[in-house]
Amino acid sequence: MNSNKLFKTFVYVSLILLAVSIIVPVAWVFLASIKENKEFYGNPWSLPQGFYFQNFLEAFKKAGMGQYMLNSIIVTVVALILLLIIALPAAYCLARFNFKGRNILNTAFAAGLFVNVNYIVVPIFLMLKDGDSFLKNIFGKGFLLNNLFILALVYASTALPFTIYLLRSYFVALPHEFEEAGYIDGAGYFSTMVKIIFPMARPSIITVILFNFLSFWNEYIVSLTLLSAAGGRKTLPVGLINLMQGQQAKAQYGVMYAGLVLVMLPTLILYILVQKKLTEGMTVGGVKG
Amino acid sequence: MNKRKRQNIFIALCLAPATILFLIFMVSPTVDVFRMSFFERGAYSKTENYVGLQNFGVLLKDTRFIVACQNTIFLIVVVTVVTFALALFFAACLTREKVKGNNFFRIVFYIPNILSVVVISGVFSAIYDTKNGLLNSLASVFSGKTVSVLWKSEELVVISVAIALVWQAIGYYMVMYMASMSSIPESLYESAGLDGAGKMVQFFKITIPLIWTNIRTTLTFFIISTINMAFLFVKAMTSGGPNGSSEVVLSFMYSQKDAGLYGYSMAAGVVIFIFSFALSALVNKATKRETLQY
Repeated sequence: MNSNKLFKTFVYVSLILLAVSIIVPVAWVFLASIKENKEFYGNPWSLPQGFYFQNFLEAFKKAGMGQYMLNSIIVTVVALILLLIIALPAAYCLARFNFKGRNILNTAFAAGLFVNVNYIVVPIFLMLKDGDSFLKNIFGKGFLLNNLFILALVYASTALPFTIYLLRSYFVALPHEFEEAGYIDGAGYFSTMVKIIFPMARPSIITVILFNFLSFWNEYIVSLTLLSAAGGRKTLPVGLINLMQGQQAKAQYGVMYAGLVLVMLPTLILYILVQKKLTEGMTVGGVKG
Repeated sequence: MNKRKRQNIFIALCLAPATILFLIFMVSPTVDVFRMSFFERGAYSKTENYVGLQNFGVLLKDTRFIVACQNTIFLIVVVTVVTFALALFFAACLTREKVKGNNFFRIVFYIPNILSVVVISGVFSAIYDTKNGLLNSLASVFSGKTVSVLWKSEELVVISVAIALVWQAIGYYMVMYMASMSSIPESLYESAGLDGAGKMVQFFKITIPLIWTNIRTTLTFFIISTINMAFLFVKAMTSGGPNGSSEVVLSFMYSQKDAGLYGYSMAAGVVIFIFSFALSALVNKATKRETLQY
């Protein structure tokens, strides 16, 4: 009985240690974001002396984080809309119809699960760069690189294998009576799909949106590569890297931590709202980007 | 007949956008990685010269690349073993032990997984800072003297990156294991307990064999995701420095792209592509067991 108690204590100590190692640094960043610059030279564990909101204003205006945030919102929203419009019908057909080439397509998309976008970001960059120099010859201007819409398109395209896999596994499990009812009522293929099947798939669609929101919002390698023009448009994580490097050189820590808070706050709020859905959905999809 | 035709048109319209984008942005770049590794391409012109296996020959003699390979393998092994053990342990604690605040711990442990790697590297720069970092100041308090460990020095930097990687990954794998552990029927543990099997025995004889399929899948994830996450962390935390000592294969590939050596960069890409697939296949084969049912 005694060893049982000892084990229980050990369990609690380990759980609390890990929880502390996560909560403390994250909370520290939040506190640091409202500290004045001179407070960073003393004890790092001291609490902020006041609420120095100036850091956020400076990050937002001077460091351009406001503009970056707007860019991130545009890219994420456009990519999510594109992804759903493209992946939903494809997943539906792959799950519900028999046609030539279905197995090949299924295998191809499944293989795509193993190709991470960071492995292929250089050829994507070169393809767009070559496209730009081709366009320059004709129109005198290239528009493929440094384009938020193209970045969103790349995000959506590289998220297709995971999204189709997840949606397809949902559509496969539905009984065929649903469509038959639609056809008997005289509805065509398209309206049956949009009006009967998609509304039923809402839980899966929400899972897809959650996971892809997090991955698009947090992504930075592709964004760094495709939005490379100096002084051009950037997304929030890339802007944060620049801010971190710049502020560290200038030793303005408060603004840097305010930038960190600006990037993580939206994901944290979303997580707190839907954490149950997220961890449940993960075990259905079970694939990480 | 007409119906058949209408159906085919519908299917084609539904599948065309996804297939075309998949071909343009995933299949063709993947093929390009392999093709370009046999060519040399200037930074400013599009002309490509076939150089055969020359890029690979140079690669094998490049000490920076060799360091990158060593770091990648080190990180795969260490991060996988540590994360795997901790994630299994915490998953078992939260499903088998009747812990108070169960939900709270699960929610907190998953937080690192939703943060951007850039944010995590910012958090860890606050932890690792030599003068005012959380880690050093904590160590100073406990030891009573000023501790100033250089966490990002050439000797320690890879370990510091490994710690950040584990910190980030535990929650994700823990939730995966929790899902399959909680579906094991309680009666199995009860009868094992009656037979006198202790917690350790139960864990190794019941829990592990019954979630084996899940463990196998996650081991493949570990390899692919560690290769990728190591790149993201190194790029944001250290940029491969100091002196290339924390370079991993993908960050090496990326830095060669920045240097304009596209063919050379892609040769490194081919190596990591083949390496990750071969290792995944190997692990998959080595862990093959007969599936147990309950």
